[in-house]
Amino acid sequence: MLIDFFLHLKARKLPVSTKEFLTLLEALQAGLGGHSMEDFYFLSRSTLVKDESLFDRFDQAFGEYFKGVEQIPGLDVDLPAEWLKAMMQKHLSPEERARLEKLGWDTLMEEFKKRLAEQKGRHEGGSKWVGTGGSSPFGNNGYHPEGIRVGGESAGNRTAVKVWDQREYRNLDDSVELGTRNIKVALRRLRRFARQGAPDELDLDGTIAATARNAGWLDLMMRPERHNAVKVLIFFDVGGSMDDHIKVCEELFSACRAEFKHLEYFYFHNCVYDHVWRDSHRRHSERTPTLDVIHKYGPDYKLIFVGDATMSPYEILQPNGSIEYSNNEAGAVWLRRLGDAYPSLAWLNPEPERSWDYRQSIGLIRKILGERMFPLSLDGLTRAITHLSRKQ
Amino acid sequence: MRFEGSDNYVATPDLMLAVNAAIRLQRPLLIKGEPGTGKTMLAEEVAAALGMPLMQWHIKSTTKAQQGLYEYDAVSRLRDSQLGDDKVKDIGNYIVKGTLWQAFEAEQPTVVLIDEIDKADIEFPNDLLRELDRMEFHVYETRETIKARHRPIVFITSNNEKELPDAFLRRCFFHYIKFPDRDTMQRIVDVHFPGIKQALLKEALEVFFGLREVPGLKKKPSTSELIDWLKLLVAEEIPVEALRSPDQKASIPPLHGALLKNEQDMHLFERLVFMAQRNR
Repeated sequence: MLIDFFLHLKARKLPVSTKEFLTLLEALQAGLGGHSMEDFYFLSRSTLVKDESLFDRFDQAFGEYFKGVEQIPGLDVDLPAEWLKAMMQKHLSPEERARLEKLGWDTLMEEFKKRLAEQKGRHEGGSKWVGTGGSSPFGNNGYHPEGIRVGGESAGNRTAVKVWDQREYRNLDDSVELGTRNIKVALRRLRRFARQGAPDELDLDGTIAATARNAGWLDLMMRPERHNAVKVLIFFDVGGSMDDHIKVCEELFSACRAEFKHLEYFYFHNCVYDHVWRDSHRRHSERTPTLDVIHKYGPDYKLIFVGDATMSPYEILQPNGSIEYSNNEAGAVWLRRLGDAYPSLAWLNPEPERSWDYRQSIGLIRKILGERMFPLSLDGLTRAITHLSRKQ
Repeated sequence: MRFEGSDNYVATPDLMLAVNAAIRLQRPLLIKGEPGTGKTMLAEEVAAALGMPLMQWHIKSTTKAQQGLYEYDAVSRLRDSQLGDDKVKDIGNYIVKGTLWQAFEAEQPTVVLIDEIDKADIEFPNDLLRELDRMEFHVYETRETIKARHRPIVFITSNNEKELPDAFLRRCFFHYIKFPDRDTMQRIVDVHFPGIKQALLKEALEVFFGLREVPGLKKKPSTSELIDWLKLLVAEEIPVEALRSPDQKASIPPLHGALLKNEQDMHLFERLVFMAQRNR
């Protein structure tokens, strides 16, 4: 029962598990979702989906799956008959059920099929055809006591289909919105706590062990407090085609500033060459040689590039390829050098992932960095952080 | 045992369904939602409505899963041992029961609130998997297994600061309290201020929802802020007319400090109002 529905959700990339599916069946058996389609929707959502950023995907999948019922191409719609039957029996009062039994389920279904065959197109009102409103036993919002409710709440102002068709949770979909707060939450997964500084916290386990060694005389042990010890080095691409992405980069930057104690940042244009800079206004007078950066910040730093990697391939491959000045060594050399210096590295690209294949320069950089490029969406950021927090 | 909302808590049908499913199938219910939409209140109200005692466990960044079960107070035992106290011979004297233990051994079913689980360390939820699943745990010091007499109804709230592990999520029901629409908000206010003048309320809701629409606010005012603001309006006996200015956009609502809690938001809002006035 409902296995097709479950598989449909799975096919729509919702992370549903068998255990949760069994819980849903258990809940249905306990009569929890038995009042309306809307109840079933809420029940299945709260059992199967555990993240509000997936609600929108669930709404769509749910709508798709039960759309068949709305459009009614025939009775061979995906809705399992047993479920429909169970739903209907639960929904009817005892008197109604008695009357229904008089008519018989098979007769009712037979009638339903016949009407479906006769009906063409959408229908509203009236007392015979399947559709919305009206007093025919079939359809939506009707008030015929023997009505088979087809994908909707009975006569009321809220129809079930509306709930998921509204798609209220669209904004929460993690491939769409990226605000400072979201970024912070994603970055927080990179936290790595370590004990540093003055010992000012009681180490209970240490105290017990030391006291035991001390033949029972209390020997207090102290230890330093835990701090986030992760170190991050960020290179931002500025100017040119990056102007379109200023907002998201600003948000990323402000989130990083708040989240990491050890954060170093530098700017570059299009591709990294022999120098980077800290202050865009004085980029021509105050440059930092890239080698100095590599020497100053050790390999325990995690390196993040933020850039659209959109440029002419010459800017990466050829010496003197930079559009701003003549560089002795090609961008690719510098990228490899940085890649060697920082084993933990990721490139965040604000361009949507689907357009990457159309830009040669993006392909080049991905190859040089060993496919460690991620889109600058919440989902991409999470993937990047997961990658960075792996032990190298 | 069904929860239908209460005299001072308005539950939407989807929330009621989630709560009742969690009660019926005896699984924890994980609640998320904007701050101030009544996540913590829910557990209190369910406990009150079902007449069960409420056990609260507020999580901090330093909280360990073990603390919810029990703690072994080694320091006082050491001290007692050095003072030659007789209590020291029984290790049971130094086991301090945690919230879950108290709930497990309670005579009647209880409601347990694990508040703001996302504040704790990433491993915290994983450490509670078995305890919440089987409702039992083992006390190593006394070698006994504590098993729940009645499976408590467990509510867990989260503010989304950390992602919770999949294994944990699979064992929970999940509900996201979305921001109430106008009708629900009206009902919520009616519950809190039964005697409020309809005209005042209408204008206040107008201002409130208008304020939520202002683009660029860092923290949009939420339900609890609205309730506080109304409380002030009623207490100060602000007349309806004060809210109903000829040009809605061009005035600062009275006592707006209750709605906007952020200095930047306040500045932004005042600037917008100022601009609107100048353009008139």
